[in-house]
Amino acid sequence: MRAMIDLCRLPLDLRQWMVFIAIGAVLLLPACRTRTSGTHSPAKDEILVVGPWEIPSLDPLSSGSQFMRMQVTETLVDAAGDGTVLPGLAEKWSTSSDGLEWRFELRLGVRFHDGSPLTAVSAMPSLKRALVEPGSLALAPVERMEASGNEIIVRLKQPFSPLPALFAHSSTQILAPSSFGPNGEVRSIVGTGPYRVVSIARPQSFTVEAFNGWRGDPPTIRHATYLSISRAETRALMAESGQADLVFGLDPASLSRLRANPHVRVEAVSIPRTIALKLNSGMPCFQDVRTRRAISLAIDRARIARAILRDPEMAATQLFPPTLDGWHNPHLAPLATDPTQARMLLADAGWRKTSKGMLDLGGACSSMELLTFVDRPELPLLSSVIQEQLRQVGLHIEVNIGNSGDIPLGHRAGTLMIGLMARNYGIVPTPLVTLIGDFGEHGGDWGAMNWHSPELASLFDALIFSPDGSGQAAARERVTEVLQSELPVIPIAWYRQTVTVGQRISGVSLDPFERTYRLIQIRWASSPLTARIGGIQ
Amino acid sequence: MTVACIIARRLVQAVLVSLLVSTLSFFMMRALPGDAAMRVAAARYGHDLVTARAADAVRAELKLDQPVAIALLSWWRNVLRLDLGTSAVTAAPVVDEVSHQLGCTIRLALASMGIALVAGPLIGLLCGLWPGGAFDQIWRALAAAIRAVPPFILGLLLIVAFSVEMAALPAAGTLDSTSLILPAITLAVGLTAGLIRVARDALKSVTESGYFAFARTKGLSLGQALVRHGLRNAAVPVTAYVGVQLAFLIEGVVAVETLFAWPGIGHALVHAIYARDVPMIQGTVMAMALLFIALSALADLAILAIDPRRR
Repeated sequence: MRAMIDLCRLPLDLRQWMVFIAIGAVLLLPACRTRTSGTHSPAKDEILVVGPWEIPSLDPLSSGSQFMRMQVTETLVDAAGDGTVLPGLAEKWSTSSDGLEWRFELRLGVRFHDGSPLTAVSAMPSLKRALVEPGSLALAPVERMEASGNEIIVRLKQPFSPLPALFAHSSTQILAPSSFGPNGEVRSIVGTGPYRVVSIARPQSFTVEAFNGWRGDPPTIRHATYLSISRAETRALMAESGQADLVFGLDPASLSRLRANPHVRVEAVSIPRTIALKLNSGMPCFQDVRTRRAISLAIDRARIARAILRDPEMAATQLFPPTLDGWHNPHLAPLATDPTQARMLLADAGWRKTSKGMLDLGGACSSMELLTFVDRPELPLLSSVIQEQLRQVGLHIEVNIGNSGDIPLGHRAGTLMIGLMARNYGIVPTPLVTLIGDFGEHGGDWGAMNWHSPELASLFDALIFSPDGSGQAAARERVTEVLQSELPVIPIAWYRQTVTVGQRISGVSLDPFERTYRLIQIRWASSPLTARIGGIQ
Repeated sequence: MTVACIIARRLVQAVLVSLLVSTLSFFMMRALPGDAAMRVAAARYGHDLVTARAADAVRAELKLDQPVAIALLSWWRNVLRLDLGTSAVTAAPVVDEVSHQLGCTIRLALASMGIALVAGPLIGLLCGLWPGGAFDQIWRALAAAIRAVPPFILGLLLIVAFSVEMAALPAAGTLDSTSLILPAITLAVGLTAGLIRVARDALKSVTESGYFAFARTKGLSLGQALVRHGLRNAAVPVTAYVGVQLAFLIEGVVAVETLFAWPGIGHALVHAIYARDVPMIQGTVMAMALLFIALSALADLAILAIDPRRR
């Protein structure tokens, strides 16, 4: 207070104060680091990619997927659109006869964007980071990993045939040693891909340009910028205005409008993500497989896909969508809708009508809680529809909308009854790794709960321990049959990634595993200086 | 009251308000349902990679299971050392993150205030000069209607008009030098609508006053009377209104920055709440409070400059 009184006595007049304040404001005014304030000026031969994903940090575990999608960084193993693993920075790989040692031989002549050569030693710091959860290599029983000549040697505690697929995950992307600070923190993104980073304005955007030292054909698109926009409405309007060349993450409500726009092309690809109901099979309500089948029969997936997802083909007929080649089983009888049969199955399973007209099982299932979350905006809507469809067969469901973390927490605490979730089976090119976690002995945060199938466990063992791949197709088929028959999780709908493509580019193709935007394949539809449609000149 | 007194008072207020709002936000975030560790882990690694084990690692790293009292005391102790901690998601110092975002927000706030302070009083004065006329009635109705439109809806309408239909301005982001225009207009429109009404009433009351009638009687033209006696007197309520309405500006920043993907503190606050990044929430809330106090202090100083009776 004394300081305040002293300040009051300072012999300065109003104008002097105003000058002081103005100078102070200018000095203290922090910069708004936009590209126009010094980092980069937009070029007309540049494409703009818009998506919902921010770049919170440079850590590959956090934002690595964005740099990989923009083809700045690469992994040892690549993946085709059908999930087949392909050589990436590793030209080839092999495993020992006991399946415990894997050798990944690096491609020769690869250079990082800083000019340094890719060697086994220079790749090790990046790979060792992925051994820590939630890095993909933490999913494998890795004993040790070392560099030897031009090879990365991975020693396992037990055989693990899907190991190469783990090396396709963005958490294993290879950064140059110059990317890391003294404490191992990532300070810059220096990769080996066809594009190199020019500027980053975290968390919103980064700009890349073609890397002249790229080992393949030089890209046609020389400059590209990724811009994160969190609101789906804004992304759709960016597409509609022609200001963005590629826009990812479109909401169903905007799609019909965008499809009618002659200046925008809408491309779509089915992705290996499935909306499903996770049931607590340890509860008396869902212990009986007849109840789980009845719930499945009560759900009208076609109507849900048409009305909520605005895409009738997204109604799930089984857990894995057709894009998961080798795991989607065309011979399975599709999941059907039949409320009458659902009521009969419930009656067979012992469900009886209560005085309120709804069904109950032994006095413990008169009302069941369905938990879902808002992170995927379609889930709360879906939960209401499912609530109503289950009510029509006599099951009373209370919907509780919370956070995505509530489902794993409920799983661990054993309190979850029903969870409505979206599960990505394409985290790595084979869903096997995800399935082992989801349907193993103890179930998984995003998989089965209090449900175990010895047959499934032996099938997983067969798939993991057979390095030569013999009998894998039959084992995979049987896995899908068990899951379809037992329904520890009930598939509702599949997902489709929908993207708008501006008229000035061509050659766009979509990766079902969302690993890359395939910028290197994109061409100018005509001269970039004249083909801009509706955008800012 | 002297200038120094105003500044000293606002400085004391700034300290108290900062501590209060950051403490309130701390308790509000603690009161939210759900597991904070899971939210932070999802923001760091994406929802697909989050498991309960990953969340446990985050919980241990950030000491999220600390008792509330200890966590709060630790926060206060750090604040007194001018250390706002590090973001739970990015691990970057909160001060660095907020200073970047604050720069963007100040740029947006100044641009929108500039638009509002030119357009609002100008239209209001023209309305006030001929109250009850067609111009006055049209603008009063328009101002009421515009004021009722939420900034989010207004922003969408502006994007449709200027970006989609006319292809004249960028829809979002900060990639172009004209990116500021649409968010600034969206934020300014509500403030302008209020200013029109206040400026109109202020000038009407000035033109109906005895001293204004005397000025005209002694032979001054309408323009001369306005410049010498009218504008300064009308400016006092207008400036006071701006000071009060700054809360509207700060509130609007959150919606407008999110809609236009403008990387300011409003945008950061939404993401921090979504990710349950408590240090970032406290940092951004403090920055917003300080911005409000700084702008209020400027409004006070402006009134002092305009009205010598208050010095």
